[in-house]
Amino acid sequence: MLTKRIIACFDVDNGRVVKGISFVELRDAGDPVELAALYDHEGVDELVFLDITASAEDRNTVVDMVRRTADRVFIPFTVGGGIRTDDDMRLMLESGADKVSINTAAVQRPELISEGAHRFGSQCIVVAIDARTEPDGSMQVYTHGGRRETGMDAVAWAREVVERGAGEIMLTSMNTDGHQDGYDLPLTRAVSDAVSVPVIASGGAGSAQHMVEAITEGRADAVLAASIFHFGTHPIMDVKRRMQAAGIPIRMEHADYDDVL
Amino acid sequence: MSDPTLADLDVIVLDYGAGNLRSVVRAVERVGARPEVASQPAALDEASVVILPGVGAAADTMHNLRSLGLVEPIREYIAADRPFLGVCMGLQALMTVSEEGGEHPCLDVIEGRVVRLPAGRKIPHMGWNRVEQRRQSPLFAGIPDGAHFYFVHSYYCDLADPANLAATTSYGVDVTAAVERGRLAATQFHPEKSGAYGLRIYRNFLSMHAELDGAAP
Repeated sequence: MLTKRIIACFDVDNGRVVKGISFVELRDAGDPVELAALYDHEGVDELVFLDITASAEDRNTVVDMVRRTADRVFIPFTVGGGIRTDDDMRLMLESGADKVSINTAAVQRPELISEGAHRFGSQCIVVAIDARTEPDGSMQVYTHGGRRETGMDAVAWAREVVERGAGEIMLTSMNTDGHQDGYDLPLTRAVSDAVSVPVIASGGAGSAQHMVEAITEGRADAVLAASIFHFGTHPIMDVKRRMQAAGIPIRMEHADYDDVL
Repeated sequence: MSDPTLADLDVIVLDYGAGNLRSVVRAVERVGARPEVASQPAALDEASVVILPGVGAAADTMHNLRSLGLVEPIREYIAADRPFLGVCMGLQALMTVSEEGGEHPCLDVIEGRVVRLPAGRKIPHMGWNRVEQRRQSPLFAGIPDGAHFYFVHSYYCDLADPANLAATTSYGVDVTAAVERGRLAATQFHPEKSGAYGLRIYRNFLSMHAELDGAAP
């Protein structure tokens, strides 16, 4: 049976992990590659790097990070942030990323989705959607890191990105993000039921139970979290054991490279 | 630990412009071999092992293999029962024909059709799925039956001859996860993205042929 994926996400600025991370066993807890290798070792299923580097000149630090990750980490990883053209996508994929995620650039120029899907295959084009449930109950798409309103309906946009060739949707709720109070279940379910491709729930993870709910009630195919893993309060295998106990199909076996090779 | 005998193998990773090459090369290096990336048909002459990676659509793959003049050399290489490993699209390309985006003839070294996964589940089939080993095979040495591997695909191989089937996974239907025939093996999943057990697949395949190659002590 296909398992539900547990995805760890880091924000990276100028090649450094942004949010505070308190793993004692790391030589350099700010190095995204060290952290990626540790998460792989701890049994995470997939990784996402969101690059928030402001200046375009510093983008080569991202390429370096992607290359070093591909040297050490043998699980899938996605890179997002600052990708605006299909050549930007090519650079990330050739450097070793398995998928690229696009958000604002896809809203500004939706053809970018089909260009990427045509050139590299849908399986490596992830469209990230930041959405907010408004007081009137409508679900609206936001861009520019959640700062700019688009007036677009999240479900309609999700359908459109899939028609244009997105292979996966990473859905972040602006309402729940950062609160560790649970994912936005109605939003996740509305989007997941509307599209044929896998949906990653993001925003609001505070416990294994939240992840179970995102899958059972939100019908997500994967759950993404950052803070709860980074602070070490929720070890990945502990979260996985709890999810499995709740009846979710989970990849439980994971072996050390040195033991198996 | 890696296998020191693998360093002597001439491992060729075929580059036909299909992305994810770097991951495959790094995985092969991680288990102790020294792969070379090549796109010339002549590279097959001296190769002790050829790896055909790939993502994307069968039509593009076949188009690229044809433009590089690789179709007949690959068919002859496999017909001579020399060690060949296909990964993902590198498995689908071995079939008779692919239905992805029309009817596209493939390499036709294993009889079967590449068909769309049935509706009713999310497509692509993306993530870690349980792989059932259908026979005793050195390809899966040291890997527990039912271990999970990473899949990303929308089409799958419907084999004409079940004798070629080495492993399956389940996604609405029984999906071909690995095939094996003589020194030819291929996986639908991505061993280079499937953690330690994935790397073990590379090591197992290369070790089998390091011995046959006489490179083992």
